[in-house]
Amino acid sequence: MGTGSQFNSSLFRFACLTALATLALVSIGGLVTSHEAGMAVPDWPNSYGYNMFLFPISKWVGGIFYEHSHRLVATIVGTLVVALTRWLGGRASQLPLSLIGAAELVAGFALLSVAPKLQGAGHFLSGIGVVVLLAGAVWVRNEPAPKPLPALGWLAFVLVQIQGLLGGLRVVLYKNEIGIFHATLAQLFFVLLCAICLLAGPWWQANNGRFSTTPHHGPRWLAALVTAVSVLILGQLILGATMRHQHAGLAIPDFPLAYGKLWPVTDRASVQLYNQHRLETVGTNAITGAQILLQMVHRLVAICSLLGVGLCAWGASRTFGHRAPLSKLAWGWFGLICLQALLGAATIWSNKAADIATAHVVVGALSLAFGGIMSIVCIRNLTLASGNVLPASRTVAESSGFGAPSPATGIHS
Amino acid sequence: MKKTCLLAIISLALASSLQAGDISGTVTLKGTPPAEKKFEKKTDPNCGSPEGSTHHYIVGSKGELANAIVSLKGVTGKSTGSSAAPAMMDQKGCEYSPTILAVQTGQKIVVKNSDQTLHNVHTVPGAGAGNKEINQAQGPNAPDLTYVASTPENFLMFKCEVHPWMFAWVSVFDHPYFAVTDKDGKYTIKDVPDGKYTLQVMHRKAAPAASAVTKEVEVKGGNITEDIALDAK
Repeated sequence: MGTGSQFNSSLFRFACLTALATLALVSIGGLVTSHEAGMAVPDWPNSYGYNMFLFPISKWVGGIFYEHSHRLVATIVGTLVVALTRWLGGRASQLPLSLIGAAELVAGFALLSVAPKLQGAGHFLSGIGVVVLLAGAVWVRNEPAPKPLPALGWLAFVLVQIQGLLGGLRVVLYKNEIGIFHATLAQLFFVLLCAICLLAGPWWQANNGRFSTTPHHGPRWLAALVTAVSVLILGQLILGATMRHQHAGLAIPDFPLAYGKLWPVTDRASVQLYNQHRLETVGTNAITGAQILLQMVHRLVAICSLLGVGLCAWGASRTFGHRAPLSKLAWGWFGLICLQALLGAATIWSNKAADIATAHVVVGALSLAFGGIMSIVCIRNLTLASGNVLPASRTVAESSGFGAPSPATGIHS
Repeated sequence: MKKTCLLAIISLALASSLQAGDISGTVTLKGTPPAEKKFEKKTDPNCGSPEGSTHHYIVGSKGELANAIVSLKGVTGKSTGSSAAPAMMDQKGCEYSPTILAVQTGQKIVVKNSDQTLHNVHTVPGAGAGNKEINQAQGPNAPDLTYVASTPENFLMFKCEVHPWMFAWVSVFDHPYFAVTDKDGKYTIKDVPDGKYTLQVMHRKAAPAASAVTKEVEVKGGNITEDIALDAK
């Protein structure tokens, strides 16, 4: 891993910009599903027959506005990620980028000429091939970033392209399942970019991701708990994505009860009656018993997530003291989860108002990213604490104050 | 003489077997339906009115229920859809007109755009229904779109994601014996061959397919009238 001298503030800022752009993309993606606008532009990568960059603004009406904006911001994120890959990989990334770009360009043109049905994928591949080729041609002989950042850059490079392709295929193949996968991958992709920011950041670069110069004897269960809760949140986000991509609106219209009961009746006759009582204002599918159960599971997992994150925050405070930055981070995570639970309830109380439902998606992404970062930090410090420590003269307290000892508890962080 | 009598008997038998009548009547709703919901159409200034309202229940002063689908249950394989006149569906003021339609398998559904804005016409068949999902762009003054359903289906959804409040339902039968009630709740199923049938009434909210109201009827050399009442849920 790198040392403090390897910190590159420009690279760090660029990584943060890419992560922020990705969060914006996730937000617009949330707006797309909240407004039921995912299919508002029937063709891809063109928009109503126009090259997407030339689609007149006057035609960005109704659901087109959300879907088309999502596509444009996605191209910005894709370009940023390609540039980030090049930067993280240094000059060694030039050749592979050039080769991949050329291969994508050729494959794109080949698809366009031999498989008219796959024209969309052909345009997509050739378009992104040009961007990758250009990134490979940038003649800056920079050194690669410290390991494992170049590898993470390449992972982001692959994921962003898969993600773009999935988004397009969801439109042209009419598959809700692809939409669920697309939404889940978006969340994981955002976590990856946040991890890149963490590892490229000043604190990690200066301290090798350690709180302390000495091996830490903190409880390993905390690292395991933080990781397990993060995985639980990921599962919760997958449930949420599945609910959104059923295009059936709210499967249960009340909260905290469900159809006036602690556990709703889901027999065929009851579900039919629920559907009859719904006066839809948008074209949604009828709800099913399975969808009602899905929302109930989502509610139960929400409670488990809330308790789990609360336990993590309590554990961090007990281990490191209330004032330790990791404890503060954990309580921040808990605050975020509380906000997320409130937004979940508000989504139901507002009959799935688009802005609230979108905020629920965004805070969900932030909650997972928080969990991901906490997991990396905890795993680094609580389970791998026996090796590769900094010289005794340098502590995080000196360099960034991240893990200063807590005077209140006397526990060294 | 014998030959003439035989011919006369055969002709009479054929004529009687080909006899048909109309089934007509009125569908009414008992009880008070829930109030319709309003929605905003401001996201597209080309839609005219900035506000719209749902049309789940269209009920007259005496309970006459529009948009109920009356059909003969259990009749199959009699579609004349390929030679039937196309069914028309318009997009006007960013709303579908009509919002409930019934067609035969193989019959063309022609979708028109009378608006000065973009629409996407997206058909969403039910799971396992077998009809095709399509999503096509239709700009202002664009040619009409045509959709043909190949298999019977109750309430196949047509929707527009540009204007998410726009949706309509099409029921598809593989016979011509169906009708949609008008604003006075009236329907007529024409030229039903003599015989005993189960008349079924469906309504998107008051009587969905799974709980369609049925009534046994018999057509016997003439027109019959059958009034049917549905309960508001």
